[in-house]
Amino acid sequence: MTDTELRQAGTPSAAKGTATAPDGAPGRPGKKRRCFGPDTTKGTVAKIVLLSLVDALAVYVLMMLFLSQSWGALAVSSAVVLAINWIYLRKGGLPAKYLAPGVLFLLVFQVFVVLFSGYIAFTNYGDGHNSTKDDAIAAIQLTAQKRVPDSPAYKAAVLAKDNSFYLLFTDPDGKASLGNTETPLEEVPDAGTDSAGKANAVDGYRTLTFQEIVANQQSILAITVPVSDDPADGTLRTADGSNAYQFQPALTYDAAADTFTDTESGAVYRDNGKGAFADANGETLTTGWKIDVGMENFARAFTDPSLRGPLFGVILWTFTFAIASVALTFALGLFLAITFNREDLRGKKVYRILMILPYAFPAFLSGLVWSGILNPQFGWLNQTLLGGATIGWLTEPTLAKISVLVVNLWLGFPYMFLVCTGALQSLPTELDEAARMDGAGPWRVFRSIKLPLLLVSIAPLLISSFAFNFNNFNVIFMLTGGGPRFADTDRDIGATDILITLVYKVAFGQGTGRDYGLASALAIIIFIIVATVSAISFKQTKALEDVNS
Amino acid sequence: MNGSAPGTVATTPAPSGPDGGAQATDVDRLRALQRRRPFGVWFKDKGWRHLVGIAVTLFAIFPLLYVLSAAFNSTGTLVGSNALFSRIDFGNFTELFNNPSRPYARWFVNTMVVGVVTSAATVFLGAMAAYAFSRMRFKGRRIGLLSLLLLQMFPQLLAVVAIFLLLSGISEVIPALGLGSQLGLIMVYLGGALGVNTYLMYGFFNTVPQSLDEAAKIDGASHTQIFFGIIMRLVTPILAVVGLLSFIAISGEFVIASVVLTDPESQTLAVGLYSFVAQQRSENWGVFAAGAVLAAVPVMALFLYLQRYIVSGLTQGSVKG
Repeated sequence: MTDTELRQAGTPSAAKGTATAPDGAPGRPGKKRRCFGPDTTKGTVAKIVLLSLVDALAVYVLMMLFLSQSWGALAVSSAVVLAINWIYLRKGGLPAKYLAPGVLFLLVFQVFVVLFSGYIAFTNYGDGHNSTKDDAIAAIQLTAQKRVPDSPAYKAAVLAKDNSFYLLFTDPDGKASLGNTETPLEEVPDAGTDSAGKANAVDGYRTLTFQEIVANQQSILAITVPVSDDPADGTLRTADGSNAYQFQPALTYDAAADTFTDTESGAVYRDNGKGAFADANGETLTTGWKIDVGMENFARAFTDPSLRGPLFGVILWTFTFAIASVALTFALGLFLAITFNREDLRGKKVYRILMILPYAFPAFLSGLVWSGILNPQFGWLNQTLLGGATIGWLTEPTLAKISVLVVNLWLGFPYMFLVCTGALQSLPTELDEAARMDGAGPWRVFRSIKLPLLLVSIAPLLISSFAFNFNNFNVIFMLTGGGPRFADTDRDIGATDILITLVYKVAFGQGTGRDYGLASALAIIIFIIVATVSAISFKQTKALEDVNS
Repeated sequence: MNGSAPGTVATTPAPSGPDGGAQATDVDRLRALQRRRPFGVWFKDKGWRHLVGIAVTLFAIFPLLYVLSAAFNSTGTLVGSNALFSRIDFGNFTELFNNPSRPYARWFVNTMVVGVVTSAATVFLGAMAAYAFSRMRFKGRRIGLLSLLLLQMFPQLLAVVAIFLLLSGISEVIPALGLGSQLGLIMVYLGGALGVNTYLMYGFFNTVPQSLDEAAKIDGASHTQIFFGIIMRLVTPILAVVGLLSFIAISGEFVIASVVLTDPESQTLAVGLYSFVAQQRSENWGVFAAGAVLAAVPVMALFLYLQRYIVSGLTQGSVKG
């Protein structure tokens, strides 16, 4: 870097990118200028090497984007690459050189993904709605297959070549043909046959043994060999690796009318405007496509009867959990800090080390370990301490909530203890003495002098702690998994679920279908809540003053 | 919560009394007084503190002792682990490493790789940004600091759905950076590098006197020489704190890792151990406990080793607010 950057401490106007004067020649007389020295050769070489590595990678990425014809992404990536090169090759603009790498990651993986969440919240993205309409039509034609009535049974063998599987069919006349999902059926006249006349070998392909077929069952069952290039002609498939049947689409697509017709019942499925094909009774085909649905996800969250009640419960509990967690950890932490704030207490250091151990223990493991201790049937608490009781520490709604709070107290009090100790020790002792002189008792000193002073420095941390606990996924998910489940809904929502675990379950949960749109809408609700709370509370604190200095 | 010290000046022995010959006898007299103090007075002054200390310590370390005992108890089930330290052997540990469907060793290595790479990169990116904010004045500096302060309120896991979809889009173009790749996961984590740490580092960088870099500048040092040669060396404590805190956070991160890493061979400890326990919690308890102990040991050792730095980092953050 050959910048001869100049900067004058404390005057924000000094470095506005115009700072390129060589060897610090004074531009305006009367002002002192200090310059960075020129870069060393080593530094310049390092910079060139690093930048060319980045550019090489960038060229590869751009080529891949070009090949996959993602024009939007290509345009954005090219702009980013150009910007990076401009930042590092030009003279001056020193702050940008230090900020660019971190800001790039920040923009992509924190700012962009948030905006993207906002977009997803207004779509029906999710299982059955994750692609374009054209993809959906092709997928429906491929999957909605029925065995052609009275069609002949084929014999089948499984072959492999270059890590992909092929099916070798022998029709009732003894003719052999070969294909897989990507390559339509083709006749192979010179196939090797076994004693029963079933074709089982082709030159250049390896025949799979029975064990191999069992081991690769999933991928073999998924092979559908098109009889010809026209999907309407149907496909050949095997269910066991040795017999195959001909299948035909049960639904035929009429491109002109944009409808699917059931070949058997004659029912007509039309585009229902909600990203799916539906018949006259409103019955939809399972595969749909992604469309924008406006506010529907938000509306659904607050009107759908299977969601509304539980969601209000979850929001209420999220606030209760976050506030109670902060209050409990702060109370215990402060109490301990005061208790051990004595120079002459024997064993103080030992206590302190032992008490911060929970803070050092990985949080995700804590939840799992406590779930073992509190397990209603086999756990230590019921079995050993309470002599075989069957109290539902994690299965009874109220007790489960208390358990979650206790475990979170265990996880969080050491932090508050450390922080309060630090803040307490930084309080001037004269105040304490002066108050005692004036006749204040210990409680009065604490209540009227120490606590207000402590809160000034600790309040911002309490706000961050609230924001953290508001999204404290690990402790809930590892301890109870959100359970016990609410009885009044068929969704996987439980009494200890907080909003973020609900988002995770809706988006990636087992059992029920993935619903990215709804999950993102819930995430946006969290955003709004956290933003409001922190905006209000930061206004009240002096945290922002530091920034202006 | 009557927390304040009930002790008065009279009962507190003066550890650092004013100097002077007469004081020595005073101190002796006080010590003698203290020795002869009745139990009630001692309890009111200090004894209750020990009681609190013992009670809280038990609360703090019991779960840790419990998991330690379960790890060395090869009975293996949840019920069998209830009798603490009834037997001690290494059955669970050998079992832990001898099950191909549960590649614990791989999980461990994966966690270390992801954690170390991410925290090293986080420290570096954060330090560069903090240097810029602390030592340079430029347009947008105030807004930049302000946005970072606000951004740290919104953890990345809120956008987990978008991250998943973004990475699945990336894996269609460049599979090495998309779903299922640890490199992709590290990139996602680096998105949070600035938000959480820059502000903490910025405060610490400001405590390094500007006159040092001024002097170096006069001697003709380039800005990179000042950054690597002077600043980075003087702020080592905060680098250690940020590195360790981000290592702890990353190695315990579950949400994003579980969504990105689908193949058991590439998973981290948090994802692997969870899916292992979620299926058969009570039967495999001993093996899980062994895995948990091994997973926790490096983190806890590092934490206790750097404890002094961490505590000072935390309190500094608190006092500066």
